[in-house]
Amino acid sequence: MASRIEILNDGGFRSDGRKQYELRDISFDLSPQSSADGSASVSHGLTQVVVSVFGPREAKMRRETIHDRANINVEVNVAPFSAGERRRRGRGDKRILEFGSIIKSTFEPVIQTSLYPRSQIDIYVQILQQDGGVLQACVNATTLALASAGIPLLDFVCAVTGGVHSTSPLLDLTTLEENDVPHVTVAVMPRTGKVTLVTMETRLHVDRFEEIFRLACEAGKVLHKEMRAAVRERTGVLVAAIGAAPRGTSAGMDAGDRDVVMDERIDDY
Amino acid sequence: MVDITIKKRSQTDAVVTQRKFFKKTARGKVIKVLRERYLRDDVPCGIQDCQACQGPGMLPSAGESAHPSFSTGHFVLPDTNVFLSQMDLMESNLFSPPTILLQTVLDEVRHRSLPLYNRLKALAKADDKRIWIFYNEYRSETAIIREEGETPNDRNDRGIRKATSWYQSHLPRGRSASPSHQPKVVLLTDDAANRRKAEAEGLAASSVRRYVEGMKDATQLLDVLVSVGDDAIEPTRAVAARSALYSEYLPTATVLAGVKSGQLHQGHFNANAYNYLEGSVNVPAFAKPILLVGRENMNRAVNGDVVAVEVFDETEWKAPADEVIDQESTLKNDDAEDSEEEGEGEEVLGQEKKALRSDEKARPPSEKQPTGRVVGIIKRNWRAYVCHIDTASLSTTLPTSLSQQTVFATPVSRLLPRIRLRTRQAPQLLAQKILVTIDRWPATARYPEGHFVRALGRAESKDAEQESLLLEFDVPYRPFGRAILACLPVEGEGWVVPPKSAAAPEWRDREDLRGLTICSIDPPGCQDIDDALHARQLPNGNIEAGVHIADVSHFVLPDNPMDSEAAARGTTVYLVDKRIDMLPSLLGTNLCSLRPHVERLAFSVIWELSPDAEIVNVRFTKSVIASKAAFTYDEAQLRKDDVHMRDELTQSIRLLNSLAIKLKAGRMAAGALNLASPEVKIHLDSSESSDPIEVEQKELRETNSLVEEFMLLANISVAKKIQDTFPQTAVLRRHLPPPRTNFEKLQDILKKRKGMTLDVSSSGALAASLDKCIDPKEPAFNTLVRIMATRCMLSAEYFCSGSVSRDTFGHYGLATPIYTHFTSPIRRYADVLAHRQLAASIAHAPLHPSLHSKSHVERVLDVVNRRHRMAQMAGRASVEFYVGLALKARGEREQGLVQEEAFVIRTFRNGLNVFVFKLGIEGLVMFKREIKFDVDNYTVTIPAELTGKSDATIAVFDKVTVNIEIEKDKNTQRGKVKMTLAKPVDSRNL
Ligand SMILES: [Zn+2]
Repeated sequence: MASRIEILNDGGFRSDGRKQYELRDISFDLSPQSSADGSASVSHGLTQVVVSVFGPREAKMRRETIHDRANINVEVNVAPFSAGERRRRGRGDKRILEFGSIIKSTFEPVIQTSLYPRSQIDIYVQILQQDGGVLQACVNATTLALASAGIPLLDFVCAVTGGVHSTSPLLDLTTLEENDVPHVTVAVMPRTGKVTLVTMETRLHVDRFEEIFRLACEAGKVLHKEMRAAVRERTGVLVAAIGAAPRGTSAGMDAGDRDVVMDERIDDY
Repeated sequence: MVDITIKKRSQTDAVVTQRKFFKKTARGKVIKVLRERYLRDDVPCGIQDCQACQGPGMLPSAGESAHPSFSTGHFVLPDTNVFLSQMDLMESNLFSPPTILLQTVLDEVRHRSLPLYNRLKALAKADDKRIWIFYNEYRSETAIIREEGETPNDRNDRGIRKATSWYQSHLPRGRSASPSHQPKVVLLTDDAANRRKAEAEGLAASSVRRYVEGMKDATQLLDVLVSVGDDAIEPTRAVAARSALYSEYLPTATVLAGVKSGQLHQGHFNANAYNYLEGSVNVPAFAKPILLVGRENMNRAVNGDVVAVEVFDETEWKAPADEVIDQESTLKNDDAEDSEEEGEGEEVLGQEKKALRSDEKARPPSEKQPTGRVVGIIKRNWRAYVCHIDTASLSTTLPTSLSQQTVFATPVSRLLPRIRLRTRQAPQLLAQKILVTIDRWPATARYPEGHFVRALGRAESKDAEQESLLLEFDVPYRPFGRAILACLPVEGEGWVVPPKSAAAPEWRDREDLRGLTICSIDPPGCQDIDDALHARQLPNGNIEAGVHIADVSHFVLPDNPMDSEAAARGTTVYLVDKRIDMLPSLLGTNLCSLRPHVERLAFSVIWELSPDAEIVNVRFTKSVIASKAAFTYDEAQLRKDDVHMRDELTQSIRLLNSLAIKLKAGRMAAGALNLASPEVKIHLDSSESSDPIEVEQKELRETNSLVEEFMLLANISVAKKIQDTFPQTAVLRRHLPPPRTNFEKLQDILKKRKGMTLDVSSSGALAASLDKCIDPKEPAFNTLVRIMATRCMLSAEYFCSGSVSRDTFGHYGLATPIYTHFTSPIRRYADVLAHRQLAASIAHAPLHPSLHSKSHVERVLDVVNRRHRMAQMAGRASVEFYVGLALKARGEREQGLVQEEAFVIRTFRNGLNVFVFKLGIEGLVMFKREIKFDVDNYTVTIPAELTGKSDATIAVFDKVTVNIEIEKDKNTQRGKVKMTLAKPVDSRNL
């Protein structure tokens, strides 16, 4: 039956009514988990993930301690009913481990780890619902969670999926589209234009790749604006909270403090 | 840079836009389905100058006011069923009101029938139609969701009504505000309930019939209308009294479950051309096809349908009939009008039963094969069929009569049942070829019911025959449109290779081979010369040989209208008196034709070959050549054989020939087959009359083989190269080895009749044993066996290299592990693709992205394969038609007594299948009197009391002499080849 759904019809519409270069609706929620130092819930269309960040804190395991910078630890957890087929993935699942290491290597060059030697930053990624672009959602949520935890970043990291149907590029794919077209996920640092992540699980010709890559970088900048606005708004709320009612919990105070610090930096991102 | 935006969705419309639900798969797994939909306000309505939409428009803003019921102007908005059942009406050029095609409707058609969907999409693009596709499911005002308890059908109907209502209110307000002067949006539906609901909502609605009746071309259009619908055309006879002739099909779910569990079998229904009461279905579960005997068991399957079959218990298995049962003679008394009444019906059925019983007696148990019955149809593959009206079925033939009659249309193809249809034009259609489609085949009707589409012209007139042939084999033959011709070089016939310079794009990365002594060798009168050759001695003792192919891909660029058209045509089709080109003739016969003494762009394959024809080195290059001569096979042969000729061209031909002999020997040693198919050539005495004067067997010379060997070599070299560079998407050609069981019958006949054995264990073994099938007294015998062996094989096919496993790449007939088509890009589309891939693999031009896509290449090759098969069949049918004409002319010259020698290739209980060598045609000799038939030994014996002398026994492979007559069929007015035996016995009265 899937073959009877057109990926891109003659009217230029995709199966969900979007056009080629339209991204799905996005929403950010910057503090869903108050126990964490920073957290963010991000949804792209129906794909939904939550990322919580703890740290920087003293490294628990001696052998994981690095003397001149912080160690980043990523754990990924997939909700059993997040995808079409119900499947319980253990922590040792190879795909999940791989996912974690992709996120880790994406953020390692971005987090200023040298500011926190011998400490540890824990990133917990929870995938709640999957409808394509899971990796992009994880990366974007991690960026926001790190920012809300006040961890200094060199730049935002904004990720977008891109694919090509026959010869037409498409951005921000749904599961239906991912199953049908070759696609890549690209994460960019919008300020510097540097790319920190490119993954591709399907074959794609190099000429096509170049085009999609360029588009995905552009789309990253569009996302960046939204993400920055979300961080600002959150900061504003916290600042107001501090000003109006200085009775906030200590955790909230902490986060607020850091966010104010962050805010100065974020502006020139 | 393109504009990238985020599609924001408001919280409130989440109900409409998000769907999360669980569904259970056939295997019992539960799956969560997530879908969302973005609603928008920028989906254009398609009405010209619409201020609100500002989008492109093709529907006139005032609608169409020619219809008397809607004089203030109107648009039609048909529902899904209108397209599903009345596509012929929609396609008629007399029917072109401004039409709104809803996405809901388009999607539903797509789910119900892909062929209809493709027709619909083509229709929406046609210049003479005004159809606008409105994506109502994405527009915020018209999108709906299924409500609780609502069936998908009701949901769609509601959506269609909502869109109708939206259009009505969206129409631009005219100067007069009065709603009575507004154009109307008319919902076209044959569902009365839906119409009532629409009218209650204040919408205009009409049934198709009522709408058409109001049109000015109603008489013609009403004939095209399919005979269904709730308007109940003429409930004449007591329908309820009819008893079912066939068993009802099982419900779809039961059929699918049965196929899945292995209780039922799925396959294409193949009708038997010799016996209309028998058919078969090839299924993977059995080596032999499943046999379906009798009307009830075939249960309304039509040739080509995908059916579900239930196999009987093994005790009920049967052997295929060895009798010829002809539909026309057995059923000639059946009356179209009354055929569903009981008394008459039983008589006919009785006759059929007798026909079936009589041949059941002597079927050898050894030949029994799985036998069963059709219990369901998985997919109908009905199309339009070329037919004749059966004169006998008309109640009146008065040309002035306009009364509606029910008549029989007999399809030209022997594989199809007669079709009942109602028409008012029956008398005018007699003696014409007409196009008819099947609409339905209810269980109560012996024959399928259909409707008339259009007339093609007088039967036996060359134009009508030609067009019907093209239609029957689905050959696209319309002239090339303006958009396609616009892709040709602007210089037209005046195009030349520009002078050599670094600036000229034509010369970029091209070798200058104008100095080489290149020539072409083709059949006489060849206009599309796509290949040329050269060879020369190298100082190191080796030989340089080159094949130069017209550089078609220089002119045909990917993805433009000309390319798409060529891909859809797939191949040039050669009929006896007409060629239907794949590419516009400017390319085929001029710019890409490698004419002598003219500079042309080419794609060259150049080898260094050792004197033993071993490849030392091969390279590929785009080039500019200037052929020095265009020879016919005969001319080249004469030149080569003339010892006095010592010029460079002749030397080159001799060199090529000596290499070709070694190449051929090498191929034969590797096990290549020397196959044969009956090839005859029709001589036309002049282009105007195009009456054939003679039929002649094609003759093959050494030079034919010379060209062939080098083309094979080029194809193989190119195949290797593109497969290396593009392992996933290389365009290749293969020939699968035939299943051994295909040869069983031929092996048995050869053994019993000639004491010969056929070793089919490999292509090499087969080739060797075919060489031994020689009858010293009969030189043609070997060719005959080869023809019969060829028929046991599968046909070669194009494929995408990433789509099949590597070990199935081989070409069985040519005994080469890899093969493609490269050498005829003017007339075969696969070659054009191979050219593009080769050009990319030598870095001459980047490969178009579509050729990196496996699914795209597969799709294109599927079409090309089908076109290729159809083109071959159309070509053969065209030759047959002309052989028929030639025979008729000869019959008139020789007072009706044309005699030819023929070989028996099959024996039946009541006849012989013979092959007339000289004419390349097959025919049936039928016996009406009782004769003896020995199934096991493939003989028939005509007893002494019939011959008047002694018993005459005729066996398969025997040479006989036949009388050939062209007899005009009284019913269909169509000329039919009729054969009777002249020797060893005169069978004209048998
Ligand atoms: Zn509009």
